[in-house]
Amino acid sequence: MNSLADQLLVLCLLINFAVLGTSRLAFSVRCVAVQGVLLGTLPALVHPFSWHVSFIVVSIILVKGGLIPVLIIRAIKKAEIEREFSPFIGYIPSLVLGALFTSLAFIFAAKLPLAPEHEGLLIVPAAAATLMSGFLVLMGRRKAISQVLGYLLMENGIFLFGLLLADAMPVMVEAGALLDLLVGIFVMGIVINHISREFSSIDTSRLSALREE
Amino acid sequence: MLWALVLLPLLGAALSWLVPDNRRRVWVLPVFSLAHLAVSAGLLVHTPPPSPAGWIWLDSLGKLVLMANSVLFTICSLYAVGYLSYRLKRPNRILCASLLVCLSATSLVVISQHLGLLWIALEATTLTMAPLIYFNHNARSIEATWKYLLICSVGIAIALLGLFFLAYSTIVAKQEVSLLLPALIRDAAALHPGWRHAAFIFLLVGFGSKMGLAPLHTWKPDAYGEAPGLVGALLAGGLVNCALLALLRVYQVAAASTEGALFQQVLLTMGLVSMAFAAVFMARQSDFKRMLAYSSVEHVGIIAVALGLGKGALFAGLLHMINNSLTKGVLFLACGNIHRAFNSKSTQFVRGALRRTPWSAALFLAAFLAITGSPPFAPFVSEFLIVSSAFGQGNHWTGGLFLLFLALIFIGMASTVLPVVLGEVPPDLERTRYRDAVPTVLPPLVLMGLVLVLGLWIPTPLQDLLRDAARLLGGEA
Repeated sequence: MNSLADQLLVLCLLINFAVLGTSRLAFSVRCVAVQGVLLGTLPALVHPFSWHVSFIVVSIILVKGGLIPVLIIRAIKKAEIEREFSPFIGYIPSLVLGALFTSLAFIFAAKLPLAPEHEGLLIVPAAAATLMSGFLVLMGRRKAISQVLGYLLMENGIFLFGLLLADAMPVMVEAGALLDLLVGIFVMGIVINHISREFSSIDTSRLSALREE
Repeated sequence: MLWALVLLPLLGAALSWLVPDNRRRVWVLPVFSLAHLAVSAGLLVHTPPPSPAGWIWLDSLGKLVLMANSVLFTICSLYAVGYLSYRLKRPNRILCASLLVCLSATSLVVISQHLGLLWIALEATTLTMAPLIYFNHNARSIEATWKYLLICSVGIAIALLGLFFLAYSTIVAKQEVSLLLPALIRDAAALHPGWRHAAFIFLLVGFGSKMGLAPLHTWKPDAYGEAPGLVGALLAGGLVNCALLALLRVYQVAAASTEGALFQQVLLTMGLVSMAFAAVFMARQSDFKRMLAYSSVEHVGIIAVALGLGKGALFAGLLHMINNSLTKGVLFLACGNIHRAFNSKSTQFVRGALRRTPWSAALFLAAFLAITGSPPFAPFVSEFLIVSSAFGQGNHWTGGLFLLFLALIFIGMASTVLPVVLGEVPPDLERTRYRDAVPTVLPPLVLMGLVLVLGLWIPTPLQDLLRDAARLLGGEA
């Protein structure tokens, strides 16, 4: 592991905070896209060159940095909204919780029984912190688009952990998982579009007709 | 040859996309599902050997799920022809294509022996179901679709993390990394215990939320309530089996490791909790489709209890999986008919269905008796075997609670079903076009016949298959 990879991981952690602390949706989408690209370059730095790794790198950058942000930005444009209003968990509390989770992730990762070659790496704490930040965004925001962004952050965290096993994961499985993610975001984009048409808002707290009395 | 199970429906999906006419497109469904059924039957008799890398194979567990899903799908696609003729105004291109893609993805779940591939296929089934739940294009169905998509996507992402943990436990244990099922089962005991433990928990939560085990079931009532009856049947009878199969794969690994007993304990608890949730929410449910969703929560609970008990109950649990699929098929299809005929699914307006739609109402009543475990129908046999296994193992608490919940659920469900079926038709009821006819009644009738036959007599090949599958889960035959 080299220092460049470590710096990229620190950048990933900072991006989590940027997403946690902002109400502007387009900005959040770009943040998540940048994080996706950073994640995409990591396998190239961590693992020696092979066709397998280069295929993964190219496809991740293409999907996470290109296609998915385009899909979400289009959904934002169609729904004509720019900001998240009055989230369930405010921005300052989100940042505080995010900081708490990140520090816990570091403490937790130090205690994990990792393989010797992975000890002292930033990958595991970064993965746990990103996962938790994603969960925080998913639970704490009202707008459907914010929830999709939270889901993407979670996916990024899981993907980071997957870096430890890149040799183990066959190309087909990686490509399949990425394709599922892409189709998933595509479907979610369509659903968001329909929500905004039906409710003239994409505020998911309005989705309450089906509550159990 | 096994790939035909996956490719054939995909071909059908492409074809149905190309057919321009709503009326004619529907016929693609039965043609391809019958072909799929024929191929499945052929593969059950002559199973080809595993693929060279060991990724693709049809083992006994897979065979059981394949059989249940293929029969249910064929029935549903025959029903779809009749059902969609009532709804020709609504475009059905997406519905037909998604149904066939879903069949393809469920078949891939069945034949994959690589857990990564299985995960991809399972995620694909989740995604293809979203447009189906949204078929009615109204505010309520979009809400259900959103909840379903979000909860299942997050659940299944957690399962992916669990799979990564499982793979990582092989790295820490200094073994060759693999997510191939036979290799994992062989090395299960030598995997690193901490990571293996975490993996089991994450996988249980992930696949459990897709399966709808309480308390991870919150998407179920909405999705089942708002989806068309035919989609509900596939969700409750088909997709549940796929998620269950994924869980069974984990169970196989857990049973081979030292943590089998703990895993069983957790499953047993989750199963009983699911039954308790169902018993509470089933009472005074005024929407009969939502009621069926809670019935589904109950039955995945029953299967989880059987898996938790282990030993002899495994046979019964697997039998219950098949019985549940077939009976849920009848329930949802009959419900769909009644919904059409009354244009409502609230017990406030739907009463006296026996007068307006005698066949569908009779089927609904019979399937209600079957699903609540009344003899002589098939679920009675499997539920009886589970209870007797619980008492046989000296697990009186489980057996007692199981019987208590079954009784409560019977009462709760009866209080919704009986007024709907018997009762007096409300006088000021609007007129609808739907009347019971062969295309929409015969498919569930055939399915009901199967439920009855299985209750009286289980064919020897099926018994052998069930025993063999139970042995794969580490049970005694």
